[in-house]
Amino acid sequence: MKRIRILMAKGGLDGHSRGIKVVARALRDAGFEVIYTGLHQSPGMIVKAAIQEDVDLIGISILSGAHMAIFPKVLELLQLEGGGHIPVFGGGIIPSADQKRLEKMGVKRIFGPGTRTTEIVDWVKKNLGDV
Amino acid sequence: MTSDELLDRFFNGDMVALAKVISLVENRSPDHERVLARLFRECRNAYRVGITGPPGAGKSTVVDKIAMHLAEDGTEMGIVAVDPTSPFTGGAVLGDRIRMKDLYKYDNIFIRSMATRGSLGGLASATKDVLVALDAYGKELILVETVGVGQVELDVVDACDTVVVMLTPEAGDSVQAMKAGLLEIADVFVVNKADRDGAEIFAIELQSILEIKENNMPKSSKPHWKTPIVLTVAPEDRGISDLWNTIEKHRDFIIREGIFETHRKLQIKHKIEQIIENKIRLLAQRKFLTGIDIDHIASGVYEGQIDPYSAVNKYCRLKEFENIFEGDQL
Repeated sequence: MKRIRILMAKGGLDGHSRGIKVVARALRDAGFEVIYTGLHQSPGMIVKAAIQEDVDLIGISILSGAHMAIFPKVLELLQLEGGGHIPVFGGGIIPSADQKRLEKMGVKRIFGPGTRTTEIVDWVKKNLGDV
Repeated sequence: MTSDELLDRFFNGDMVALAKVISLVENRSPDHERVLARLFRECRNAYRVGITGPPGAGKSTVVDKIAMHLAEDGTEMGIVAVDPTSPFTGGAVLGDRIRMKDLYKYDNIFIRSMATRGSLGGLASATKDVLVALDAYGKELILVETVGVGQVELDVVDACDTVVVMLTPEAGDSVQAMKAGLLEIADVFVVNKADRDGAEIFAIELQSILEIKENNMPKSSKPHWKTPIVLTVAPEDRGISDLWNTIEKHRDFIIREGIFETHRKLQIKHKIEQIIENKIRLLAQRKFLTGIDIDHIASGVYEGQIDPYSAVNKYCRLKEFENIFEGDQL
């Protein structure tokens, strides 16, 4: 039986992992298999892990301001490495103007501070199907 | 993409295809038997090392360090790391990669996380088949990390050639309780976090228990393997090359003594039995349970109207099955 697998990674150098852990746990409780790769992930690490784990979705949390560097690089490497079919979503401290730019580049959705976990779970289910 | 196209890419060394084949096997997709049949034929007997032990013993870190130790030689390595599935939601958080960050730069290392998906023996039920996929892909060495185990999750013995059991000095008195189970399956013991107080004493206690086991073994002229104990401080890389040398010694020993072959044949026998059991179970379920409302029968048993044995005889048409086996009673 197919299970939906989601890679969750902290991109860049910030160490703020509370948010991503809360979301990872919420996704687990919703029945998804969450691969959590931890802090300080470069785009190359994120993409390689996503491909080896054959995930259906990638979630990246960035609170350091490096989002305009990391998200585009992840999208680019996914195309190059044969993972162009894997959708990417994100979260963290990301100004709304940048959110729009990232979504235009192909990031499916950015969730900001204060988002309820149920909103994220519902969005994943709507886009990938229920467990 | 059809499974034939996928396999073509797989045998051309495409990493994306390897990941997809593993998913196909893990998900028991409709085509998985045909794909596995092909993979089994392409196996080259990659060496399999299982790393097991209680949660927090440092299994992921040791796997990371062993892989680092061998990465530069170009050894083709696969790593399978298993973490538990929640029995309540079916979800899982797989976190073993957190300790394996530095391996991403090596193209000769492929890491895959697996959730147990209801299996209780320390591995997922598809783990052994995933090892076959990695072997057929061309991996020479596969490191298998089990979930954190207690005493009875021993699937790793049936999946690997060398079993490393990891403990920490804090395991202390609980070693007594482990005399059956984990203690018996170790080919190599690791006392990790050996910089902590009591590590030396713990290793000596462990040694004394192993010697008791040694003395109780029947005397025989055949050489046998004396389980060594290796002390490590994994994050600092201390003891890792010693550990790898010990694993190699065990590998050489079991190959030389023919144990490798006997053990692999036994594993294959178990695999065949498991295939038969699964097929018979599926057939039987289809034959006997189709159209039968088990929930209704269970309510009847709960309310005392019938007992479960009589209920099965009454509702499940087992007589037809007995005829096939010429009257043998089931």
